[in-house]
Amino acid sequence: MPMKIGNERFGERVEKGINNSFMRGAVAGAQDNIGARRLNAIEELGNWEEWRSHGEEIRQHVLEHLDYYLEQLSDNVAKRGGNVFFAETAEEANEYIKEVVQSKNAQKVVKSKSMVTEEINLNASLEEVGCQVIETDLGEYILQVDDHDPPSHIVAPALHKNKEQVRDVFTKKLGYKKSADPTELAWHAREMLRQDYLTADVGITGCNFAVAETGSFALVTNEGNADLVTSLPKTQITVMGMERLVPTFEELEVLVSMLTRSAVGQKLPSYVTVLTGPREELDVDGPEDFHLVIVDNGRSKILGTEFQSVLQCIRCAACVNACPVYRHVGGHSYGSIYSGPIGAVLSPLLGGYEDYKELPYASTLCGACSEVCPVKIPLHELLHKHRQVIVEKEGKAPVSEKLLMKAFGLGAASPTLYKWGSKIAPTAMNPFTSEDKITKGPGPLKAWTEVRDFPAPNKERFRDWFKNREKGGGTSWPEPSKTEKHF
Amino acid sequence: MKVTLFATCLVDMFQSDVGKATVELLERLGCEIDFPQTQVCCGQPAYNSGYVKESKDAMKKMIGTFEHAEYIVCPSGSCAYMFHEYQHVFKGDPIWEPKAKKLAAKTYELTQFIIEVLKVENVGACLEGKATYHTSCHMTRLLGVQKAPMTLLSKVKGLEFVELPGKEQCCGFGGTFSVKMAQISEQMVDEKVRHVEETDAEYVIGADAGCLMNIGGRINRQGKPIKVMHIAEILNSR
Repeated sequence: MPMKIGNERFGERVEKGINNSFMRGAVAGAQDNIGARRLNAIEELGNWEEWRSHGEEIRQHVLEHLDYYLEQLSDNVAKRGGNVFFAETAEEANEYIKEVVQSKNAQKVVKSKSMVTEEINLNASLEEVGCQVIETDLGEYILQVDDHDPPSHIVAPALHKNKEQVRDVFTKKLGYKKSADPTELAWHAREMLRQDYLTADVGITGCNFAVAETGSFALVTNEGNADLVTSLPKTQITVMGMERLVPTFEELEVLVSMLTRSAVGQKLPSYVTVLTGPREELDVDGPEDFHLVIVDNGRSKILGTEFQSVLQCIRCAACVNACPVYRHVGGHSYGSIYSGPIGAVLSPLLGGYEDYKELPYASTLCGACSEVCPVKIPLHELLHKHRQVIVEKEGKAPVSEKLLMKAFGLGAASPTLYKWGSKIAPTAMNPFTSEDKITKGPGPLKAWTEVRDFPAPNKERFRDWFKNREKGGGTSWPEPSKTEKHF
Repeated sequence: MKVTLFATCLVDMFQSDVGKATVELLERLGCEIDFPQTQVCCGQPAYNSGYVKESKDAMKKMIGTFEHAEYIVCPSGSCAYMFHEYQHVFKGDPIWEPKAKKLAAKTYELTQFIIEVLKVENVGACLEGKATYHTSCHMTRLLGVQKAPMTLLSKVKGLEFVELPGKEQCCGFGGTFSVKMAQISEQMVDEKVRHVEETDAEYVIGADAGCLMNIGGRINRQGKPIKVMHIAEILNSR
């Protein structure tokens, strides 16, 4: 799956999302549930704002010294007998991984969950050379079995499917004959996957955090699948986004705790798997051959820009779970494997404005995302920055909007024009007004009045009332008890 | 105490009763109100849409208009926040950044001003009925005013208060978002209205004319018997 999903226009995708009542129910339920658990988990930790500042500090420090830590990481991986490949593009990463896989004559690859491998479309690239690729994270497995349905959430990729839908997929594709009970479904997947772990030639993982000081990798799962992916196959390839590192285990501990609390409201996940290089002489398991692929794919272009803070992201999806827009449109509406607020910021940076120019506007700038981000990425401010770039540098804003805003600039900045405009407003709006409200407005009001009433402009503006009152005239005070009114 | 009122364009043009209630309330609390007639829009609609250059002239105009003020009070959390945002817009500008900082330091949202500056919790308001309160996003998250409206409402005689389910969720206004992303905005405001209905409240109260226009516009369109009120009107009820 490449980063971009589908070829439909933004409006069509949103329409589809809005009409998918099951998905919306599942998303709203998950948001409410995870949101409440997250609050409990951070409350239990105490001093959450201090933790956030610390998390931000760690991530900012790493980004400021990324070259240093990447070098340290590479050296330490090499010292432990691992191979390091730095891929500037998705193609370079895929080519390297393909070469490794082919050099092993590998027929089967098992994978633990990794968004960066989705981003570079690794599975398709391996399948092209005849390799069978099996996702072992339950959510990813379901999607893969369902003809590569794209993920709709960065942590819970199959959030948009219910258990009945999963049963149907398993029945159709895997000959499953049991019920829609999640335990039975999970058992079935587990039985299928167990064979795959045992017969796979190569294990591929993502990377939650790399530890520069030791050349280690941490993988956070609740299913233990990463343990099997990294201990059974003879060859392991770890693919990481180039920014996903911490200096030492001390920072790892801080960030893992913040990650799981923010992602699912857990103190700790069921498994935190930390691996350092290939198997050594006295080790009882682990890969004989280890490869680290560090993926840039547009990240270094974000460094040093006003968008740098987006690279602080630890992929917890707390912003996705708090987003009122995601709540109603679901992940596929974003047209990118990165959905929600983080996706709306990141996708245009990695994939360009042409495909993702609507995403920065799919936000009310309500700030819920920035409020929950454990590493304090000012997500709503970055969405606003995107809008500014789209308007001022990219020139991708609609002409009608540009004219309107130009007029706004003139009108708002000139008290005379403003006063004149607001004074004639009631008359101008008269044809559209009945009983003090506008039910079918012209121009930009059309979209508003399709679903809501718009108030008719006051016949006497507040400023006139105030002026008259200062002169000792004007209308009398409204009777306070009678001020109840509809907006 | 002399208070300079930043009424906001929505109140000036569409919700003058909110402005009137604000004036009366503040006068009752001992303030002398000044309303500079040169005030225009704070620039937020253009600014939030990415038209930063286009909004700067309006911002400068507003900074000039309110330069003389001792306290600036605004019956809208979002617009009051915008005055606080100016200092970031003019960051690095030797003339306008210091001016914008001064503006921010003396700008208060109405309920924030009553609690923090006037130090009044009970404004002597009285209104019989069951009410719920919509916490607007910019006021709560960006301006950081959370408790002031709740404290003031809790002292309104006769008012029974019910918390709004999902109160942290945006109502779907978002300025130009409401027309630019109308289909999404509709879903958001619908959920908000459903939540309001669940409370069985007669009144839904808010401190931002934008959110109230959105929620109220939808409630009116659906013909629901819920009154949508600005907090200034509630606090001015006697």
